[in-house]
Amino acid sequence: MDARAAREHEHDHAHQAVPSDPALRVKALESLLVEKGLVDRAALDALIDTYQHKIGPRNGARVVARAWVDPAYKRRLLANATAAIAELGYGGSQGEHMVVVENGPQVHNVVVCTLCSCYPWSVLGLPPVWYKSAPYRSRAVIDPRGVLREFGLDLPEEVEVRVWDSTAELRYLVLPERPPGTESLSEDELAALVTRDSMVGVAKVSA
Amino acid sequence: MNGVHDMGGMHGMGPIEYEKDEPVFHARWEGLAFALNRAMGVWAKWNLDASRHGIERLPPAEYLRMSYYEKWTARLELLLVESGLVTAEELAAGMPAPGSPKALPALTAEKVPALGKGRPASRDVPVAPRFHAGQSVRALNMHPAGHTRLPRYARGKQGTVDRDHGVFVFPDTNARFLGEKPQHVYSVRFAACELWGGQASPRDSVYLDLWDDYLEPA
Repeated sequence: MDARAAREHEHDHAHQAVPSDPALRVKALESLLVEKGLVDRAALDALIDTYQHKIGPRNGARVVARAWVDPAYKRRLLANATAAIAELGYGGSQGEHMVVVENGPQVHNVVVCTLCSCYPWSVLGLPPVWYKSAPYRSRAVIDPRGVLREFGLDLPEEVEVRVWDSTAELRYLVLPERPPGTESLSEDELAALVTRDSMVGVAKVSA
Repeated sequence: MNGVHDMGGMHGMGPIEYEKDEPVFHARWEGLAFALNRAMGVWAKWNLDASRHGIERLPPAEYLRMSYYEKWTARLELLLVESGLVTAEELAAGMPAPGSPKALPALTAEKVPALGKGRPASRDVPVAPRFHAGQSVRALNMHPAGHTRLPRYARGKQGTVDRDHGVFVFPDTNARFLGEKPQHVYSVRFAACELWGGQASPRDSVYLDLWDDYLEPA
């Protein structure tokens, strides 16, 4: 349905200020803002294309793989994540202030934003629905082990769990453990193993 | 504000619904809602903190009912009308008021890559830190009606400063256009048992990034 049709549809329901169907509501808003000269359709398309195709968890996977093969890079990454991530060409919106936390045999880190949906866009792209939704946001801080079990990750009691609630402008990336048996893999092959979920801390990387 | 957005520690929200191979946007309108929010932000009529507060101010039942990008759409409508970029009548009619002037878009396609470079929330101003790494602190028991980034579950709780992140814009004032009030932000470690009592694992902890104004010595 085009914007004009959407408006006519709206006129059919005179008591409803804005359409209840979200697709119609957004289209009507786009149409209004374009007609007022407040937004440019080509800019909207460029924004959608950027986050759909250019920025995503493959960026973060490259950071992780580099840290696995290059100990000096890993040291820089843990000391100043923003600068080390910029070495690989990643940065910008929602990645201006990065912190990397390292998982190991004794420590497991997991990231949440209980107040909204803060997430490191520059290395992971836009967050998945579960990350932004009430079940994860409510329980990750009070019952992280139960949440991780729901993701299929049952941590032994002796492992320390650290939950990072992204309450400020720092954005967190988990450096997962390199899986055993990957000694012969190249950096590219390692990057292909690294999942988004492992970099949020709700999964481990498996070979 | 003590809103439903402040979800840490709530029960009853159900199981995590995991979608395998989830697309970035599930439909064209989700991408459009995202892009409209980003593009309209360039007019600089509001800031990041005010836009977060816009979502928090949605009616609680609506907040819980709406999908993520429905919330972004409703928030944008709210901010557009409050900022005067669009009138409530225009929003209801879906068309510009007769005779209203036509603007030139603040964001063009050529400027999208520059927008993607981001905007630091840190400030290079000399502000002395009130706390230091290793120090024991308590999050204030405060309940402001406006925007804050101190979640309820940490208020009144004792933790330890893990590190000083430097000086950042203060959301509580910035969201209401009362100034940036730059101050230090610290990563503060709270033992899970301090937050949740004996049901929590004695090994576990929750780290929050908290501003100077949220903390007192403990």
